[in-house]
Amino acid sequence: MAIDWFPLWLSLRVALVSTALAFFAGLWIAYLLANRQFRGKDVLDAAVTLPLVLPPTVLGYYLLVLLGRASPLGKLWETIFGSPLVFTWKAAVVAALLHALPLLVKSTRAALESVDRNYERAARNLGASEWKLFWRVTLPLAWRSIFAATALAFARALGDFGVTLMVAGNIPGRTQTVAVAIYDAVESGNGAVARTLVLVVSVVALALLTLANRLSPNRV
Amino acid sequence: MLQARLRKSFAPRPDSAGFTLDLELTATAGVTVLFGPSGAGKTLVLDSIAGFVQPDEGRILLEDDILYDAAAGVHLVPQKRNCGYVFQNYALFPHMTLRENLAFAAERRPRLERHRRVNDMLDKFRLEDAAGRRPHEVSGGQRQRCCIARALIGEPKLLLLDEPATGLDAVLRAEFYEALRQVRSEFGTPMLLVTHDLTECFELGEEMLILHGGRIVQKGTPRSVLDEPANLEVARLLGAFNLLDSEIRTLDPGRNTSRLQVGEFELEGPYFPGHLKGDHITLCVRPEQLKVFARNGRPGPNQIPADLLRAVERPHGIRLEFSGGGIPGPVRVTISRAEYENQRDNREWVIQFPSDALRVL
Repeated sequence: MAIDWFPLWLSLRVALVSTALAFFAGLWIAYLLANRQFRGKDVLDAAVTLPLVLPPTVLGYYLLVLLGRASPLGKLWETIFGSPLVFTWKAAVVAALLHALPLLVKSTRAALESVDRNYERAARNLGASEWKLFWRVTLPLAWRSIFAATALAFARALGDFGVTLMVAGNIPGRTQTVAVAIYDAVESGNGAVARTLVLVVSVVALALLTLANRLSPNRV
Repeated sequence: MLQARLRKSFAPRPDSAGFTLDLELTATAGVTVLFGPSGAGKTLVLDSIAGFVQPDEGRILLEDDILYDAAAGVHLVPQKRNCGYVFQNYALFPHMTLRENLAFAAERRPRLERHRRVNDMLDKFRLEDAAGRRPHEVSGGQRQRCCIARALIGEPKLLLLDEPATGLDAVLRAEFYEALRQVRSEFGTPMLLVTHDLTECFELGEEMLILHGGRIVQKGTPRSVLDEPANLEVARLLGAFNLLDSEIRTLDPGRNTSRLQVGEFELEGPYFPGHLKGDHITLCVRPEQLKVFARNGRPGPNQIPADLLRAVERPHGIRLEFSGGGIPGPVRVTISRAEYENQRDNREWVIQFPSDALRVL
């Protein structure tokens, strides 16, 4: 029996790209939430958390409306890159991003806020700009929690099913991620393939969560 | 020189009473001590000067720089104030070595100077050996000195210290005072030190400001404050007095005498200007100014018979607590060890109140 490993590689690639994007976007949003006072802060916080609670079909629907070929954003994408966004692996990245971001923002914000405020006061008192303070003091002191959150976000990005199916579809060899491939294998009675992929995904996720636990700072 | 006039109010909330800070202070060369109980607003003063907190009204002037001026709408960010701050827990960056901590602070100096400046500070504060280690790997004394060095490296015009010796053992405390004396002699930076420890005021302070409930209730040298507490509140805060309810019986300005009713006995004191016969006042006398003797028949003038409740060992003598003479609450007397050895077998005691030691509040 030959197993097609493409879905696994695709999933890893999608998870990697979406986690990287979520890392920088999440860091920025978490910084705003942790340090700035502005109108609509609560709304931003809630909006970022929304993907954790909404059904995948709702999210998928939003993305299709927002990024579909008829939408302004979809058209813009098509003009710039010459091909549509939906039903490509890049759409799967957007789907995974949506799930990675809330985890990253929540944990990163908590990590930034847990840094002793006296270190930040000391840095300001010593003449450090907010930029220098963030990169040289706050971030180094919070990096363990942030990396733990990144590992968690990566694991979550790896396992998305519903939204990916809706916006990227199920095109074998092009947009079929591992979660979708398992669904396919089960549906078509291909038990051996399903079992192998399930096992591999579980082991990868377990390893990532163990890593996340190792990294979290309050481990005794 | 620092000149500050500050006012900041916090409205009462369901979980806390309201609070208003309203004071004026100056700090010149040497150490100015801001003394007061917890919740008096001491740290708020430092934070306002350092720029972590914005007052509602007032003006803060450090030499020629206006740090804050409510009327002119000036509120400099902490980065631009050039006040060194020694935090209670030092706040040395835990992920940097001591050298890196100093280098971080030196970055506001011109590039060519930085390296020399860091080495200079490491040398002055005897930190060369520990320079490559992180704060948790060095001794408490080295952490202190590093924190002071880091605060001084940018040549601040003022050093703010927030209860830096609280929670230190005696050895570290002594080292810390030594380091501050070094700052005074080598750098001449004016220091504003917050504490609730009276001993510390005497150890370091040339000028002492007593803060209570957001206001300065008395200022002067530590000695003068202890000799002449301005009011009952200050005397209570200092915690160094016997405070006894009494009544003025007679006042004689001509012979500079007075008589005071304390419990069941009368004491002779000096004339108390500004008081009237019949006034109910608080007699304020320090435990080390009182003397004790074995009772021998009728008590003499200014002596009150009393029963010894307990004797407590103190580092510099014995603290005796007495009751009796119709005085509510114990009367505390501090005597030397040798004196106590002579008198410990007394069966009955009298307390002598020297008339020149009596103050009324």
